[in-house]
Amino acid sequence: MKTWKLSTLDALFAAIAGKQTLYIPADVAGQPVFARWEPGLAMTRALNTGRSAKDLFFPQVEDLARFRVAGKTVSVSPAQALQEPFVIFGVRACDCRSFDILDSVFLAEPADTFYQARREQATVVTLACSQPEETCFCTSLGIDPQAPGGDVSCWMAEDTLYLQANTEKGEALLASLPRLEDGEKPDADSSVFDKLPLKDLDFSAFSGKALMDWFNSPVWERLSQSCLGCGSCTFVCPTCQCYDVRDFDTGHGVQRYRCWDSCMYSDFTMMAHGTNRPTQKERFRQRFMHKLVYHPNNHGGQIGCVGCGRCLQKCPISMNIVKVANALKEGKA
Amino acid sequence: MQVNETFTPTIVAFCCNWCSYAGADLSGTNRLQYPANVKIIRIPCSCRLNPMFILRAFQRGADGVILCGCHPGDCHYTTGNYYARRRMTLLFSLLDFMGIERERTRVEWVSAAEGAKFAATMNDFTQTITRLGPNRRLEDLRCKVE
Amino acid sequence: MQSRVIEKAASLLESGACTRVLGWKAGAFFYDVTPAVFTCAQEVREQMVFNPFCGANLSKYLIAESRKEGRIAVFLKPCDTFSFVQLQKEHRIARDKVWAVGVQCRGMCDIDSLKELGLKGVTAVEEAEDDLRVTTLYQEKTISRKEALSPRCHTCKSRKLLDCDELIGDQGQDLPSSRFAQVEALEAMTPEERFAFWRGELSKCIRCNACRNVCPACSCEKCVFDNPNSGVQNKAAASSFEENLFHIIRAFHVAGRCTDCGECTRVCPQHIPLHLLNRKFIKDMNEFYGPYQAGGDFDAKPPMLAFTLDDPEASIITNGRDGQ
Repeated sequence: MKTWKLSTLDALFAAIAGKQTLYIPADVAGQPVFARWEPGLAMTRALNTGRSAKDLFFPQVEDLARFRVAGKTVSVSPAQALQEPFVIFGVRACDCRSFDILDSVFLAEPADTFYQARREQATVVTLACSQPEETCFCTSLGIDPQAPGGDVSCWMAEDTLYLQANTEKGEALLASLPRLEDGEKPDADSSVFDKLPLKDLDFSAFSGKALMDWFNSPVWERLSQSCLGCGSCTFVCPTCQCYDVRDFDTGHGVQRYRCWDSCMYSDFTMMAHGTNRPTQKERFRQRFMHKLVYHPNNHGGQIGCVGCGRCLQKCPISMNIVKVANALKEGKA
Repeated sequence: MQVNETFTPTIVAFCCNWCSYAGADLSGTNRLQYPANVKIIRIPCSCRLNPMFILRAFQRGADGVILCGCHPGDCHYTTGNYYARRRMTLLFSLLDFMGIERERTRVEWVSAAEGAKFAATMNDFTQTITRLGPNRRLEDLRCKVE
Repeated sequence: MQSRVIEKAASLLESGACTRVLGWKAGAFFYDVTPAVFTCAQEVREQMVFNPFCGANLSKYLIAESRKEGRIAVFLKPCDTFSFVQLQKEHRIARDKVWAVGVQCRGMCDIDSLKELGLKGVTAVEEAEDDLRVTTLYQEKTISRKEALSPRCHTCKSRKLLDCDELIGDQGQDLPSSRFAQVEALEAMTPEERFAFWRGELSKCIRCNACRNVCPACSCEKCVFDNPNSGVQNKAAASSFEENLFHIIRAFHVAGRCTDCGECTRVCPQHIPLHLLNRKFIKDMNEFYGPYQAGGDFDAKPPMLAFTLDDPEASIITNGRDGQ
């Protein structure tokens, strides 16, 4: 294990950024977000970013191709997948786990080449949590916030940053940095994690039982009544992966891009015959069935949630996956 | 203010069918000159001008947008321009509030008999926009021709 | 207050005066309450809450709820009643299907205000007169209720409960409010500074549409931004232009109908002060066309549906107010 003085964290960032692009969680216009590091940019004090780390692999808007029309010729220029390596520093354990979930979707054959390129170019440096929020429940999904994984795991204790490479990519990153000293991190105090109010959530019921039982549960009607049908939960969620492909008419051609979509929206998966989820009840059900039931059914029992707690914090009317999971298990809302 | 010699602005003029559009015609038949980069879009009444039209004009490359309608009291539909007046005042105020140059938009009342006023208005507005330079604050980079 | 609200809700259901009650359901942390419809008194007594964090404006739910069978009782705060009246003015709520109970308000609290105070990991809050006893994962602390107020409540315009069938607590009065101070501060800046301010704020927008969907004035059955043929994007932060377009047009569409309830800013996951756009319109309309409060009464004509022969010309803006 390597160490670095926290008082000179800037120098560590500068050393990394000297070789490749570096993203750190920082406050931009008052909001914590993964931002490109430049001299002077400091890490946020917030536990986690408002938008998740998935942005760096699966951005909200991404060009796929441009079509240009000139006279009778149409030229097509497909967008290029990312070619440059980058480092993302300060990813929490929950967000790091979300990459596994996104991988199981985007890297399954046929792999999404844009996503794949970013994953291959990225070195993920994670950061262990020591001061969770009350909305955190990653531990009930089998995530250890104090052993966050990724290519390099980091811990902050007292005045020291401890770095542990987990992969070859991580080794290479650490080897490229000067002045790393050897050291052993002290045992962290994990008592606060035992106090988390949502630590005992049990999601095991959802993967076993018959899918249709959950689908036909009477609770959906009631739970969805308060849903406003906005996309906050989807857009801050680290594991939501639905997207739409749209054409923008630029006046002299067409720009084809993809953008995040939300199952909460009325035009989600709109088809020629209209929408197959005509009311908010069906849309609402889709979101939670996908996370709790469909995803584990399709991907070896892996729940489509990492317990980051963003939807708990951001939903305008405080409806969230925890309330839904509990109501489903109780069978009443 | 520095005058940009090489910049030729694109101006979109929304003109009411019943007055300003005819005013533009009259200025043409009277052989009055106004810049060719003024693109006239005919609308049935000044109050047909949806604020979205103005923003979309900027998106698609306009550097200035002007609305021309009947003088207050002369609306073909009696009251349309009074509503337009309130809407444009508020919209322009919000654009100004958001830091968009307030001279980039304008409302001018031009009757069917005022061919000379139409030409003079367009000349003056074009000059103002030329002085302001290209629209940067409400542009959409995707629409730029490279 | 909570016990009176719950008792009222239960008795309205028991007496058969109403078939449903629109109230609040408790969450895990006291502050995470969800609007909910109750149909039986027992459920109300077991699950319903009314606490200082019940900040969401329930009026918009009445559009859908008042179209259902039977009468629904609803608990409205003063600012909610303005939306309630405004929606009736727009014929969006069937008044006879609603039993409106006005609940007097001392300002509502907001979890984000607690976070601003540096309280992290808030697991429980207890109300004690003018104080809140906050328990977090790391400490216990007593703060005054005032410190925890939602920012919008600091500039509350009125505690009047409009058009209610009955009241819990006293009828209130209009308040002297400094709600335009922030708008004025922005107006005093240079255009460059204002542009930089709004670009910084609006560039945070993730186009989640929470502001639109929560807004009681945004009651269109189908929004122009949900029309794929309009050529604008409803869910992609595709360019800075589209961010500007969405927020300008949304503010414009609710001009003269926005009651200044502040829900847009409350729900924004990115903390964009969206209410400032609406407030700018309200301030301008008051200045140009005379004082008007959307939802303030049933009779006054909305300024965007009216005119006078001597309204100011748009040149008042384009030439600058100082006539330059």
